[in-house]
Amino acid sequence: MRDMTIDDLHGEPGVEHWLTYADGFRRRIYVVDKEIPFPEGRLIVSQTDTAGVITTANQSFVAMSGFTADELIGQQHYILRHPDMPAVAFKDLWDTVSQGKKWTGYVKNLRKDGAYYWVFASVVPNIRNGRIVGYTSVRRKPSRTKVAECTALYRTLVGQS
Amino acid sequence: MTLTFTVSPDFNTKYLPGWFVFNTWLQRHLGVPTHFEVFDGFDELHRAMAADSIDIIYANPFDAARLVRDHGYVAVARPVGRPDEAVIATHEGSAIHAVEDLLPGTRIATTDDPDVHMMCMIMIEPADLNSGNVAMFRRDNYVLVAKSLLKNEADIGFFLAETFDDLSGPIRSQLRVLVRSQIYVINHLLLAHPRLGAQIDQLRGHLLQMGNDAKGAMALQDVAIKAWESVDQEDVEFMIDLMVALTVTA
Repeated sequence: MRDMTIDDLHGEPGVEHWLTYADGFRRRIYVVDKEIPFPEGRLIVSQTDTAGVITTANQSFVAMSGFTADELIGQQHYILRHPDMPAVAFKDLWDTVSQGKKWTGYVKNLRKDGAYYWVFASVVPNIRNGRIVGYTSVRRKPSRTKVAECTALYRTLVGQS
Repeated sequence: MTLTFTVSPDFNTKYLPGWFVFNTWLQRHLGVPTHFEVFDGFDELHRAMAADSIDIIYANPFDAARLVRDHGYVAVARPVGRPDEAVIATHEGSAIHAVEDLLPGTRIATTDDPDVHMMCMIMIEPADLNSGNVAMFRRDNYVLVAKSLLKNEADIGFFLAETFDDLSGPIRSQLRVLVRSQIYVINHLLLAHPRLGAQIDQLRGHLLQMGNDAKGAMALQDVAIKAWESVDQEDVEFMIDLMVALTVTA
């Protein structure tokens, strides 16, 4: 996964951040203070393997993320991680789904162009013959009330490990 | 042995004669008697599912998930290019112009169609609405849902998109679409009970070739299906995982 560059921002002013993901990988990203509204009536759907590598992405995912399907497939799902999201949220996600349970939460996602979009996400383990073989994530349009609550909550959690 | 064939009760009643023709086609090609059982509503269908009395079913996604996962039904085929989508509509003159205009206490006319209800409940979540803060009115079919809007008995109505699009002109012209789902990956499935054994492959083979003879092509046209396509177990498992993810309430 490459670092973001200023060219990704299409002329918008961006703020540089360095993200360190749970597996120790470090990446430079740029954040643009611009929200892209979740499209009405749509669902973003993707699947990953058990290591979080994206294996399928639907058209809504491609459109909202700003990446092409080829750029998404094979990448870690954390390519979407926005620095305003607390690491503890993703730890909770992985702890939950790896036990074979569903996880839900409100997530602020980073686009390829540095802008962001909020979703209500549900992640379910794909259990085949009693074994977890991957995960399906479905994202839908969130309530603005919940987004406001999570914005405030996540601000208090960012930086905690 | 007579096989029991049924169709999810959410089908448009104008296709009822077509489904009888489809049953005759099934019987001829399987070489065994098949009885077409029409259920009045989902309660009746679900009782029959629990009693294990259905051999072949054209099931809505919600019931298909249960039948495959809990009863071991086998996915035989799905209709080409016919995803299940839902519409939330309001009266043409309503002051509601977007989902975000909806307030707690909103009066909703709906049916007992489980997947349409689920998709529509998801689409009103952005307005902070859920089953606990709306007034829900169950109607027997989508025409009655439309009439509830026209009579101002409800603020919004939940519809299967293809049924909404098929409403008569005079009714349709008095309604306005608030939001239409564009999910694309949820659809009805034709399922067979595992007790059919080798007949399942036989059935799949006939369905995939159905459009190639005149009678089969006409039977398809009469139920508004272009053609059948094969589904593998992973396609079905994916749809079930999707349904599981969607049944989570925000």
